[in-house]
Amino acid sequence: MIPNDVKITPELVAEHGLKPDEYQRILDLIGREPTLTELGIFSAMWNEHCSYKSSKKWLRTLPTTGPRVICGPGENAGVVDIGDGQAIIFKMESHNHPSYIEPYQGAATGVGGILRDVFTMGARPIAALNALRFGAPEHPRTRHTVSGVVAGVGGYGNSFGVPTIGGEVNFDESYNGNCLVNAFAAGLADADKIFYSQAKGVGLPIVYLGSKTGRDGIHGATMASAEFGADSEEKRPTVQIGDPFSEKLLLEACLELMASGAVIAIQDMGAAGLTCSAVEMGAKGDLGVELDLDKVPCREAGMTAYEMMLSESQERMLMVLDPKREKDAEAIFRKWGLDFAIIGWTTDDLRFRIKQHGQIMADLPIKELGDQAPEYDRPWVATPKPAALAPADVPAPNDLSEVLLKIVGSPDQCSRRWVWEQYDHLIQGNTAIGPGGDAAVIRVGHSGKALAFTLDVSPRYCAADPVEGGKQAVAECWRNLTAVGAEPLAITDNLNFGNPEKPDIMGQFVGCIQGIGEACRALDFPVVSGNVSLYNETNGKGILPTPAIGGVGLLPDMAKRATVSFKRAGEAIVVIGETKGHLGQSIYLRDVLARREGAPPPVDLAIERRNGDFVRAEIRAEGLTAVHDVSDGGLFLALAEMAMAGGIGAKIEAPGDLPLHAWAFGEDQARYVVTLPETMVKDLLARAAKAGVPAVRIGATAGHELTLDGCNPISLQRLKAAHEGWLPAYMAAAPAEAL
Amino acid sequence: MKSAVIVFPGSNRERDMLYALEKITGEKPLPVWHTETELPKVDLVVLPGGFSYGDYLRTGAIAARAAIMDDVRKKADQGVHVLGVCNGFQILCEAGLLPGVLVRNNHLKFVCKHVKLEVANASTDFTNKYNKGDVWRCPVAHGDGNYFTDAETLARIEGEGRVVFRYAEGTNPNGSLNDIAGIINDRGNVMGLMPHPENEIEPLNGGAEGRNLFESVLEAVA
Repeated sequence: MIPNDVKITPELVAEHGLKPDEYQRILDLIGREPTLTELGIFSAMWNEHCSYKSSKKWLRTLPTTGPRVICGPGENAGVVDIGDGQAIIFKMESHNHPSYIEPYQGAATGVGGILRDVFTMGARPIAALNALRFGAPEHPRTRHTVSGVVAGVGGYGNSFGVPTIGGEVNFDESYNGNCLVNAFAAGLADADKIFYSQAKGVGLPIVYLGSKTGRDGIHGATMASAEFGADSEEKRPTVQIGDPFSEKLLLEACLELMASGAVIAIQDMGAAGLTCSAVEMGAKGDLGVELDLDKVPCREAGMTAYEMMLSESQERMLMVLDPKREKDAEAIFRKWGLDFAIIGWTTDDLRFRIKQHGQIMADLPIKELGDQAPEYDRPWVATPKPAALAPADVPAPNDLSEVLLKIVGSPDQCSRRWVWEQYDHLIQGNTAIGPGGDAAVIRVGHSGKALAFTLDVSPRYCAADPVEGGKQAVAECWRNLTAVGAEPLAITDNLNFGNPEKPDIMGQFVGCIQGIGEACRALDFPVVSGNVSLYNETNGKGILPTPAIGGVGLLPDMAKRATVSFKRAGEAIVVIGETKGHLGQSIYLRDVLARREGAPPPVDLAIERRNGDFVRAEIRAEGLTAVHDVSDGGLFLALAEMAMAGGIGAKIEAPGDLPLHAWAFGEDQARYVVTLPETMVKDLLARAAKAGVPAVRIGATAGHELTLDGCNPISLQRLKAAHEGWLPAYMAAAPAEAL
Repeated sequence: MKSAVIVFPGSNRERDMLYALEKITGEKPLPVWHTETELPKVDLVVLPGGFSYGDYLRTGAIAARAAIMDDVRKKADQGVHVLGVCNGFQILCEAGLLPGVLVRNNHLKFVCKHVKLEVANASTDFTNKYNKGDVWRCPVAHGDGNYFTDAETLARIEGEGRVVFRYAEGTNPNGSLNDIAGIINDRGNVMGLMPHPENEIEPLNGGAEGRNLFESVLEAVA
């Protein structure tokens, strides 16, 4: 008989985040009242964060296969073939709620968790990126959150030793009470030496590796699956504490152990710790699991079964080991000074059985814990399509140059140097393109090959039209990879939304997934891993829908890569793709006119592909000297960024068929700005015409000013001062000062 | 040239260093685990960058007391060349092989960027391939790179020409005294610096002037 000295009351059930009908499902499944430990296990397995119960139905609609996909969603991370017997393993995951409660540790453990996901599969991490979204700059908490999150991301990644090479930083009032920290990591492995979580074989030892189990992070996943209220400060104890030093040791020990051939299956302890990792290993292998908690290395004495099963202490792994290799395995872990303990066995009875002090504390059907999790088809309403904004409704500014200065120095468009200089972006010595470009590029081995990485989404587009916004996020990611010369391979998605129990929020989710799916299919850009973060709401107010897309691309010959900076004066500047002056939901409209209106720019995926394939081919033929994708802020901002990066100005003449402000700041998709020697322009335009790709020469690089015909010239010095100035000044200002 | 790279728990630029040494010297360097008590017979011993023991006490303080360090001291006394980069520099200071200490950056943040380094002394075994006054680009990546020592020691090392590299052109990234980026011992065979010459050795890095440092030692021990 299982001891059950705690009465399971409806209040207790509710505190575990389980709805009454979900509790009834538990009673039906096990035919008796669960013990407190069992209730904890169910709450850990059935919360939104672990079970994807609101999102599963829609995630199934995404394309997840392709000729290069070795392993799609469902494992710790996605695996993609990059040729020469190598694979890239990557994933992105949110750590939003913990990072708002405790910015440093929340962000640090977010980075630690995603790195672990990657090296659990046998890969050595080679790149980290992160998409960060904070509240309005003037909100009293934003500066504190930015400072803590950035320090936490750096604190973990720098010590662990992975280059942090890019990502996004944005501000919006919808994140005032709920910042977003989406951490991406990628690692390199031999394609025939990938490690999976599926346990194989009965009676094999289950080994606990890494740090000791403590009382931190208990119920972290449940906390992360609830909205915030006024009490979010009180949730601080649910945040885990990161130890990058232990994680670095764990990485080296795991890779050494994997190379020894002793590992049959391995799973990291992430959300819901020991519970989730043990259940997944057993359930995937159609095996039962028996754990003896007396064997679990603990930081403190007297931990209950409940606490041990729900602890989210970091830097821990669970492994099924070849019993013949036990001694070798233990020696490797002792060498690295890490805990190593056999805490259980695989069984043939499909039960998840937990023992402590000789008593059975939980005895549950293992498959049902995972498979029978509730799944919801939540009601949703489509977001009404906004009417396109008529060009006449968007007034022109008096001075385009002053507007550009305002935009380059605005919170969302200014330089992120203050952020990425706190990240070690050079360690490992393979950084070919660091932070600040369209995509970051990392050398892979010494055959000339490289990989490109980028994270993208435009939440304001997604809010206005989730379907177009979802398409745009994928298209921009694809375009950024293309702009450095890479062939886009696959994506990971990190879907951040509000409360899915509200039909309008669920409608945003459904719409974005539809757009993402359409774009992935059209661009042959499958989703190989991902994460859903719902309930990003505070006091009933949701965040902007933010489906962050992390893309990976391949450069077969790294020498043929493009960067954004103008290279020399006197080169021609050409825009690839059609400029129609779309100002709806643009940065100009939002940040200059303070209006959030209209439809976002439509995304034509066939055109996107045609234009991108053309640009990539030109880069690979070494015909272009600089390439930059056109996105937020339109052409004028893209040109300013290229000029600032190269320290070379430009003289620009608009073709004159559009109002100048629409031409300069419109955010039409599928566009790139490129430079090349004047002598080669004619041929480029001819090739573009032949490929049906719109291309127009708009000027030339020159001097130290950016001059748009008919506007005041702007010195690069002024542009740079505005661009580099905002973030350091904002972060240095006293909290009470409004900027 | 034979070289060894000591690996402490938490070292994380040892692979960068192993790669650079092999590329420049043409010989595979030997990694040495911190629990060893004897170094192999080599011409150069390198303490690489990283966060040994998580830097959870003072940076380098625990690693300075690792088993291998007794032999590092012994070999240094015998005149073997010893180079400490970043965390390695911090460890050499904590081990008493170099004077002074590296404290928290004055702005209290980790910093990773390219700085300019001026060669303050080109007549050491680590810098003979540079010219005095040369200014070259090199990356830094550290949270505790702010060199500090008492006035007397500072005057002595300055007077003896033992400041080897200084941050130049206003690029001091950490508040280091006298813009000090690297120093050498009085015998001239133990050097420490905060910047990472091992990450500035080939076109991919955007510059290769870090090679000169390794090539200097290569020539000195030839």
